[in-house]
Amino acid sequence: MIVDDIRSLRRVLKAHCTIAMVGLSDNWYRPSNFAGKYMLDHGYKVIPVNPNYATVLGEKCYPRLEDIPEPVDVVDVFQRAEVVVPIARSAIEIGAKVFWLQLGIYNDEAVGLAVDAGMDVVVDRCMKIEHARLFGGLNFIGVDTRVISSARPNWIA
Amino acid sequence: MADREYGIETLCLHAGQLPDPATGARVPPIYQTAAYVFDSADHAASLFNLQTFGNIYTRIMNPTNAVFEQRMAALEGGRAGVAVSSGMAAQLVALLTILQAGDEIVSAKTLYGGTHTQFAFNFRKLGINATFVDSDNPDNFAAAITPNTKCLYAESIGNPANNVIDFEAVAQIAEDNGIPFVVDNTFATPYLCRPFDFGADIVVHSATKFICGHGTSIGGVLVESGKFPWDNGKFPTMMEPSEGYHGIRFYETFGDFGYTMKARCEILRTFGPTLSPFNSFLFLQGLETLHVRMDRHVENALAVATFLEEHPAVEWVSYPGLESSRYFSLAQKYFPRGASAIMSFGIRGGLEACVKFIESVNFLSHLANLGDAKTLVVHPASTTHRQLDEAAQVEAGVMPNMIRLSVGLETIDDILWDLDQALAAARSS
Repeated sequence: MIVDDIRSLRRVLKAHCTIAMVGLSDNWYRPSNFAGKYMLDHGYKVIPVNPNYATVLGEKCYPRLEDIPEPVDVVDVFQRAEVVVPIARSAIEIGAKVFWLQLGIYNDEAVGLAVDAGMDVVVDRCMKIEHARLFGGLNFIGVDTRVISSARPNWIA
Repeated sequence: MADREYGIETLCLHAGQLPDPATGARVPPIYQTAAYVFDSADHAASLFNLQTFGNIYTRIMNPTNAVFEQRMAALEGGRAGVAVSSGMAAQLVALLTILQAGDEIVSAKTLYGGTHTQFAFNFRKLGINATFVDSDNPDNFAAAITPNTKCLYAESIGNPANNVIDFEAVAQIAEDNGIPFVVDNTFATPYLCRPFDFGADIVVHSATKFICGHGTSIGGVLVESGKFPWDNGKFPTMMEPSEGYHGIRFYETFGDFGYTMKARCEILRTFGPTLSPFNSFLFLQGLETLHVRMDRHVENALAVATFLEEHPAVEWVSYPGLESSRYFSLAQKYFPRGASAIMSFGIRGGLEACVKFIESVNFLSHLANLGDAKTLVVHPASTTHRQLDEAAQVEAGVMPNMIRLSVGLETIDDILWDLDQALAAARSS
């Protein structure tokens, strides 16, 4: 199913902790590197997938999703929309539970494949920004998180 | 299940603040601290690199200010906000984020006098040129645009002429030219008008006015819609590595809040017009009743405008909520809940009668502010617009016999009584 509301996004980010980041860059100032470092810092296991590097952010990097020797919960894609269909097929193949397309990436075919395979699918959202929006951090820089609640948050920033 | 779209009244009370995670405090705590500890050297580096979100130093961000910023972003229907030390600082930070020497802005000529001076004098010294146009005809904005023009600027209701611009027409001109439309929404507040709904791209406020509501604090805020396409080729500093913040590409890295991140990290950080967290706390108190206050403000204002229009000592009344106003139909369209509570009127007898009027009011306060819970009166030609010569004053809509009135929340019959007795005194002068 497509995951787009606060409750479902929270569920997805809480339930899974191993993220394969496809297209993760080794350049520290690239958005993918920001996101990878942020998720590592917040307790997630990040597995870089990029044929250009041996390691990224100190983590072993794999050329393809199929090369990863351990179970992957989330496939997070930092690639142009034109090339994401085979990545969706690979994500299904390796049994990932969540297919996540980063900001600005839309591909109906890839989304359709992942939804039909029973995956939770997130489109056009940055995992780092969503995590900070729903678990604290984004609120410190004046961004409207759209979170309205009288419950005391269980995070200490 | 789709997220609920909350009403503006709920947003006034709740947006941007959850109970304090450390203490459970329901009211936003005043985080009166200059700085914040780092967890480790690596955490510090990540914060400075903007790789993780968190607090560094209150000149750049503060948790109490952040609640105010987020609440204003939510109320305006925008993506993100930056709180600053005054309304003037809000304009400065909003515009310097996208302007540099050689750039131009096209602004409505009907502006608060301080804004006119900021653009015409201070910006010119920085090599930024402003062209002022008659905003009654939106085509005047289009005619003044050059290849160097980087934004259009106007007040949602002009101060003190109380003119209303055709937002949608001006926004369309900005869009056609690939430049943002910046609107000062101080007079209207997001309760009466949300400029983003009509195509504006950036909104600035003097929070000192209706947002504060009680005349206690100076402050400002800027909000971005999150919808402007900064990658259209006209704004290389949004796209290229920032020399002012170690190589960050703001639009690529932060997307729909890249503009406010640039404003915060490149301009607020280095120019330093930081808002006190205590002022943010008072603004948040004000915002909790914004919707209730604005309804009463506009109700009282319409009663006062109608009274003045029929008063023999009054030559003319300018209030866009009056049917006689040339801006009535635009006001009906853009301010359906009411056209704010600021009006101007001309007293028969010229300057001398104005002075007598100002000195004869009983509880109406003679001061240079507006949007207070109390009713305020001022003579713009000798105060707020004093630094302009008479020709420039008339250009800005300031007539020598003009009184500006900010209608407050006192008993309406008492407001009318005080106006009437002061007008009687002016008439006998």
